[in-house]
Amino acid sequence: MNTNTKSGEGGSRARGTVLAAGRGLALAVGSLPLSILGFCLSLVSMALIPIGVGALTTPWVVKGVRAYAERRRALAERWGGVRVPSAYRPVPRTGDPFRLSLALLRDPATWRDLRWLLVDMTAGFVTALLPAVLVLYPLEGFALAAGLWRVVGDGDGGAYWYGFVPVDDQASAFGAGALAAALLFVAHRHTLNVFRVHFLLTAAMLTPSQAELAERVRVLTESRRDAVDTSAAELRRIERDLHDGAQARLVAMGMDLGTVEMLVDKDPEKAKALLAQTRRSSAEALSELRDLVRGIHPPVLAERGLGDAVRALALRLPVATEVSVEIEGGRLDAPVESAAYFAVSELLTNAVKHSGADRIWVDLRHESGRLRLSVTDDGTGGAAIGAGSGLAGVERRLGTFDGVLAVSSPAGGPTMVTMEIPCVLS
Amino acid sequence: MRVVLAEDLFLLRDGLVRLLEAHDFEIAAAVETGPELERALAELEPDVAVVDVRLPPTHTDEGLQCALRARRRRPGLPVLVLSQHVEQLYARELLADGTGGIGYLLKDRVFDAEQFVDAVRRVAAGGTAMDPQVIQQLLARRSGDGQGPVDRLTPREREVMELMAQGRSNAAIAGKLVVTERAVAKHTANIFVKLGLEVSDDDNRRVLAVLAYLDRDR
Repeated sequence: MNTNTKSGEGGSRARGTVLAAGRGLALAVGSLPLSILGFCLSLVSMALIPIGVGALTTPWVVKGVRAYAERRRALAERWGGVRVPSAYRPVPRTGDPFRLSLALLRDPATWRDLRWLLVDMTAGFVTALLPAVLVLYPLEGFALAAGLWRVVGDGDGGAYWYGFVPVDDQASAFGAGALAAALLFVAHRHTLNVFRVHFLLTAAMLTPSQAELAERVRVLTESRRDAVDTSAAELRRIERDLHDGAQARLVAMGMDLGTVEMLVDKDPEKAKALLAQTRRSSAEALSELRDLVRGIHPPVLAERGLGDAVRALALRLPVATEVSVEIEGGRLDAPVESAAYFAVSELLTNAVKHSGADRIWVDLRHESGRLRLSVTDDGTGGAAIGAGSGLAGVERRLGTFDGVLAVSSPAGGPTMVTMEIPCVLS
Repeated sequence: MRVVLAEDLFLLRDGLVRLLEAHDFEIAAAVETGPELERALAELEPDVAVVDVRLPPTHTDEGLQCALRARRRRPGLPVLVLSQHVEQLYARELLADGTGGIGYLLKDRVFDAEQFVDAVRRVAAGGTAMDPQVIQQLLARRSGDGQGPVDRLTPREREVMELMAQGRSNAAIAGKLVVTERAVAKHTANIFVKLGLEVSDDDNRRVLAVLAYLDRDR
């Protein structure tokens, strides 16, 4: 391939061309069966929802197709430099397969993926294969010119067609060679663009529509309003606590100290008693401040991060609680850490107060860009989102971070609450 | 007695220096950051270190980590850890090596100078000084269901156990509860029988046994 290149740029372009051809071939061969399989399975699975079987399979198939689409999005960015945004609605964590399937079918992204599969197995396949054809086909032309023409002609003496050139003697074989050279020139100039067309096609099919983005904006606006409301309410609570607590105590202490100053000569005994009282007040003010701080941002969380903060919390509970933590390679972002801590804290309080459990398990793990939290107890069950259970509040607060919450709590227990928050370690 | 002191807030550091010097301690060094503490502990070989959990530059649990590292290098190095909040988790880490010479107190305890100085001396002598709040947390967990051995203690025995778990000697407990030392010894023996622990003559071993018992998982 480097016969007709002189400059370094030409060399790198030639390498790029060969690379694109190789990648295109691999992509075409690899993606065709997967796209066909994904499309067929999706159709069959959705068609079978009414008789029940489909409800069980659809979530799996849809998730598989989404994972496949995400891989192809990543590939488009890596190989073609084309960024394809993805906007799937959060998958509800419900145990009911019908509701889950229905929610997935209601997501326009599911249908968009299907349309993309259809295009990918046709136009996508062709555009992926074209670079390889552009690079490999000229080789055949050269081979014909070099003498292969003698063996490829069919038995009846008819011509062998190379492109639009009928090859039956050395002269026409040279004609084929010339066409091959022209093709190779085109390949050298345009393979990269052709390959890019494949990814642009992927982008065109997989990019979310305006309506979906608008829906996403609506959800974000709502959760932001919730977050602002919540934090305003928190600030009001803190202000009130400080005003009625530590602040009032400091005022009282100041007055007492004034009295002590006055009494210290006249009635030393009484002054001493008053001093002791002042010291008690200061200790109480400190302990109130400590509780307040714990409610704002627990010190262990600041000092040790989420894992140890939850461990310390568990040690304070009257119910035996096992905590397992798998968060490796750094700390979570402070806001996520704090939200996760208070969510777990709320769930633990619920479990202790309402479930009648005598064991609780907390599991925290960070994997593939998501923080997963689960709190399980062996209590009586029957917990539900809403109905003043506090779970709705937790869900709303997690919403600010695109987090989701799912509850499994059959009557008689056990209760398992799972939360997921997308986040990275820092 | 030579003390290394680590506290980042100037007012508190200054106050502690004055308080300790007034009680005939020699301040070998009063530092404000983790790295300085690390150096001071390695070079000055103090009789006791008084350390704030949270220190610059990270403002996380740098002081605690420094203290734990120093104790790994020099087992039994007496360390009194001070904090704005006490956590059973930290107490457990401090007590883990079982060698004594450990204190863990709320900063509020400095208000009562006599008791605080007593705690520093106790720790320096290889004893224990646990904050009453730690003990209460432990007890609250232990007696959650009202069925365990701790619930079978009489109120007086429970009082004695709380003070013992804080690390106080029989004499100190007797003084505090206004009873004779023999009465305290009797209560102590009862407590150990009820909890199924082995009795030991050594004050500190007794304290550690009670703490370990309270911290044990149910």
